[in-house]
Amino acid sequence: MRYVMLLEAAQPATPPPAELMAAIMKLGEEATAAGALLDNAGLLPSAAGAKITVTGGALSVTDGPFAETKEMISYALYETRTREEAVEWASRFMKLHRDLWPAWEGECRLLKIMGPEDF
Amino acid sequence: MRLPPGTAIRCENPGVSGADVGRVVEAVYRIESGRIIAALARIVGDVGLAEDLAQDALLIALEQWPLRGVPDDPGPWLMATAKHRAIDLLRRQENYRRKLATVGRDVELAERESAEAGIVDALDDHIGDDLLRLIFTACHPALSTESQVALTLRMLGGLRTDEIARAFLTTEATVSQRILRAKKTLAKERVRFELPPASEVPARLAAVLGTVYLIFNEGYSATAGDGWARPALCEEALRLGRVLCGLLPAEAEVHGLAALMELQASRVGARTDAEGRPVLLLDQDRRRWDRLLVRRGLAALRRAEELGTLGPYGLQAAIAAEHARARTAAETDWGRIAALYGVLAYVAPSAVVELNRAVAVGMADGPAAGLAIVDGLVAKGELPGYPHLPAARGELLERLGRGQEARAEFARAAELTRNEVERELFSRRATTP
Repeated sequence: MRYVMLLEAAQPATPPPAELMAAIMKLGEEATAAGALLDNAGLLPSAAGAKITVTGGALSVTDGPFAETKEMISYALYETRTREEAVEWASRFMKLHRDLWPAWEGECRLLKIMGPEDF
Repeated sequence: MRLPPGTAIRCENPGVSGADVGRVVEAVYRIESGRIIAALARIVGDVGLAEDLAQDALLIALEQWPLRGVPDDPGPWLMATAKHRAIDLLRRQENYRRKLATVGRDVELAERESAEAGIVDALDDHIGDDLLRLIFTACHPALSTESQVALTLRMLGGLRTDEIARAFLTTEATVSQRILRAKKTLAKERVRFELPPASEVPARLAAVLGTVYLIFNEGYSATAGDGWARPALCEEALRLGRVLCGLLPAEAEVHGLAALMELQASRVGARTDAEGRPVLLLDQDRRRWDRLLVRRGLAALRRAEELGTLGPYGLQAAIAAEHARARTAAETDWGRIAALYGVLAYVAPSAVVELNRAVAVGMADGPAAGLAIVDGLVAKGELPGYPHLPAARGELLERLGRGQEARAEFARAAELTRNEVERELFSRRATTP
């Protein structure tokens, strides 16, 4: 089963500590070697993106940035055997933030990708 | 039970019930089991014993985590607990002295603790190597194919005995027996926990890849029973394939097998219709192919090609890639597929490959050319009892307008197959003109 992990947090005033980035790279290597991590990438602030909306039968395109309290920071795509395994990988990822970036706060959303097992 | 040093136990999620913690324990064990068993095998020198000790650690976690909460670092906790079990065991064994001596330490009582730490430290740099040793041991030629499969799923996949039994449509007792017998064989044959010598690597690697692909195929096309596919086994084989790519990045066939499995798995969702009936490759809705798996498969194939000449798995992946690249069935480059089958028939000759080549030639050069190859197989008495021989012959005959003969072939295919959904498909073609 596949899960997408979305990391959401307030846009930080300072770049993430180099130590955290190194630890994230290492975790990514481990998860790839374990055959669990299929794809991942960082996401730029909403200023670099746009929003395409349909309201009242009309389509509109709005360029970023958007006044949101949180930004999507990154995504990762995992293939695991159970939901608990996906939670474990996501927890490892979040613990790195907790341990290596004092005062940082954020959340990782785990969404299950619809698969043959859901029918 | 003594807790591993430096273990912080913190209940981060007090709302988790006992049963849920059990699932967490299992999830962590599955992620770590291969590494843990491999590390333990390095300490105790016996894979079967290492697996027993890893299971002990799992049981300890199942007892303790529901009471004390899930440790903050559950993976390292399991590993440390398992290593301590192993060292406790060594301490009880006579050869403890000798083991310590090999680490180059005196066995003075005062130094015992630090010597133990020495063993543990010596382990940490070898995880990749140890996993590889574990895979080669699980697929050791002294073991039967069934045992290789069971041990691989158990030790590298962390699957429970009942899960393996369900996947292979057999009883838990049978699988337990198989695993027990395999462990005994490894001990009896004094199979050492080591990498095969260079001269044996090609044959041993072929056995490993063969086991993984067997697991994949068991999931991809059930040979018996109601299920057309058992996706969990496919996913497990895919995961093992990806693990092998990380462990043996320079082996073309490892990437070839990964590519083949990713590409075949990309079609799982399109292989059945809404009623669960099989849909053949050329009739599949290609929009339902899993693009991520296609992309990964093509990337793995590219790596295999960069590493040298394609072997049997790489060639099959190259054939699967031709289908993946064609936007519609009509755009399939059958000439290239027929040529690839020609190479495959040379590298790994088999009647099944020849049958597939016949189908491809039938598409590239017309049904008569394909039928000539199939008839050659029939004349040699190849593939008796193989349902896809009459099915392929039926297809070619139908395209030649020989409907009656075609229907007879499909009836024969329906009679031969052990897969019920397949039988339904062949029966339909045997009766509808």
